[in-house]
Amino acid sequence: MTLLVIAHAELRSLLRSPLAWATLASVCALLAWLFLLQIDQYTLYRSQLLALANPPGVTELVVKPLFGSAGLILMMVMPLITMRSFAEQARNQTLTLLTTAPISLTAIVLGKFAGLCGFLLLLIGVVLAMPLSLASATHLDWGLLAAASLGLLLLTTSFTAVGLYISSLTSHPGAAAMLTFGLLLILWFLESATSDPGGTAILAQFSTLHHYRGLLSGLVSSGDIGYFLILTLLALSLTRLRLQSQRYQA
Amino acid sequence: MIYTALAPYSEAMPTSKLIEVENLHRNFGAVAAVRDLNFSLNSGEVLGFLGPNGAGKSTTMRIITGNLAPTSGQITLGGYDLLREPIAARRLLGYLPDNPPLYRDCSVREFLSFCGRLHGLRGNHLTEAVDRAIDRCGLGDVPRKIIGHLSKGYQQRVGIAQAIVHDPELVILDEPTVGLDPRQIDEIRQLVRELGENHSVILSTHILSEVQAVCSHVQIINQGELVLKSALADLESTTTGRHFRIRFLTPPEVAMLNELVGINEVLVDTNGDFLVSFTDQTLGTESLLRKSLELGWGLTELSPPAAHPPSLEQLFLQLTDEAVANESAPEPPEPISQ
Repeated sequence: MTLLVIAHAELRSLLRSPLAWATLASVCALLAWLFLLQIDQYTLYRSQLLALANPPGVTELVVKPLFGSAGLILMMVMPLITMRSFAEQARNQTLTLLTTAPISLTAIVLGKFAGLCGFLLLLIGVVLAMPLSLASATHLDWGLLAAASLGLLLLTTSFTAVGLYISSLTSHPGAAAMLTFGLLLILWFLESATSDPGGTAILAQFSTLHHYRGLLSGLVSSGDIGYFLILTLLALSLTRLRLQSQRYQA
Repeated sequence: MIYTALAPYSEAMPTSKLIEVENLHRNFGAVAAVRDLNFSLNSGEVLGFLGPNGAGKSTTMRIITGNLAPTSGQITLGGYDLLREPIAARRLLGYLPDNPPLYRDCSVREFLSFCGRLHGLRGNHLTEAVDRAIDRCGLGDVPRKIIGHLSKGYQQRVGIAQAIVHDPELVILDEPTVGLDPRQIDEIRQLVRELGENHSVILSTHILSEVQAVCSHVQIINQGELVLKSALADLESTTTGRHFRIRFLTPPEVAMLNELVGINEVLVDTNGDFLVSFTDQTLGTESLLRKSLELGWGLTELSPPAAHPPSLEQLFLQLTDEAVANESAPEPPEPISQ
């Protein structure tokens, strides 16, 4: 599978750059700190919580805010990871290597996407390891954890796809990162664009945060999953189109 | 994988052209970068693609490797239409663009393995192919070095290695010797010559001696149009070997010379000198001398064919000169106008 060859090369090139490791380290440190903060809060108020009739568990009180922050942080970080993908190759004119080889453009796009997702899995793995470390000490709500993980995965893969597309638009990685970040930010906050709850209904449907929140609260709905899948596929097809149109540049 | 895919083709159509380009046009906005280009290449030929900077060489290379879509025209590679069956067609190709597409953070071996994998090589085939490419391109000293740390000459060699690692039928090299020192240039030429023994090669360059050194065929492109297309051997025999250079004080009409016994062909070059080939040298020279004395042409010089081919350089300058280019026909080669 040539697709995997490209994915492997993409991941390798990413893991060779200090940027990837710096990102991993920062995300790790930041989330670990937030995680410990949540644990701290939880232990502080635990006795009062137990007095409630139906107290929220540790998963809900720790994992939900942790994954919420992780989503927001990865939204800021993923543009940095995806920015080089096509932009740097365009700048170094190394894309010719791939476009001259007997590979379809679809395989090139999916290969690069898969490579980036490989790194993403590493990031998510780190995030996931934090709540999992609680498993030996307390009872975790596995259903909620699974739903939140699925949500984080879908959310961030859609970020990756969007980043990949924008990276194919320019030969300047920095510009790609900034544009991706701007676009993701708009998509994220689209939900709170207007204060009128009735009027935002349509707009909110386009918001990543809106759909992520559903999954975070343990509600796995096909609508939310569908939204992320469509966003991802849309971005990937646009990337393929973009590569194709480069051959017709005037 | 690749080998089995290629085998039926080469057996089934041994005589067909390896690459055939028909009526190729490419516009960039209002500018026509390539105009009505037609050429073809048989297996085992080394084609020198000459032209001044900006003539459309690189554009043509990018089109025939599928990296740029033509505005119109057809490209057939080994029987496959490049636009309709790009993947099958590209299996036959190895391409070194004017800017070598190197992954600078990889080691040489790692990079070449990646290139081999892109072309579907796996396992032992891959290792052998990479070893062979390293060996052929003289990279034996540096297989573990990081490409970004190599000198320009070595990087260029890695670029060529990348183009031949999968043993393609057709190797396309776009200005492979740019920016190299004379020794490196010589080595690369040697390599291209070796490649020509069992691959077809299209070599784009603006260095004339390069073409003379390694190519079997030459074509010159100027302002997007082909102005010359010829086998190098034909070219040399028309401009050299057979033609005596003759200078007169009061030059006669060309027709008068043509009528003389033993004279085959009379051409006039740009300096006003006559280039004459004889059917019978003794008879021809004698009749020429006699006539010259008789009619007082004042023959001042009669020199035998030059030992060195008067170069492609003259031809190149002549054909790529704008005024000449506008009126000269693309073929057949008429290096010296009458």
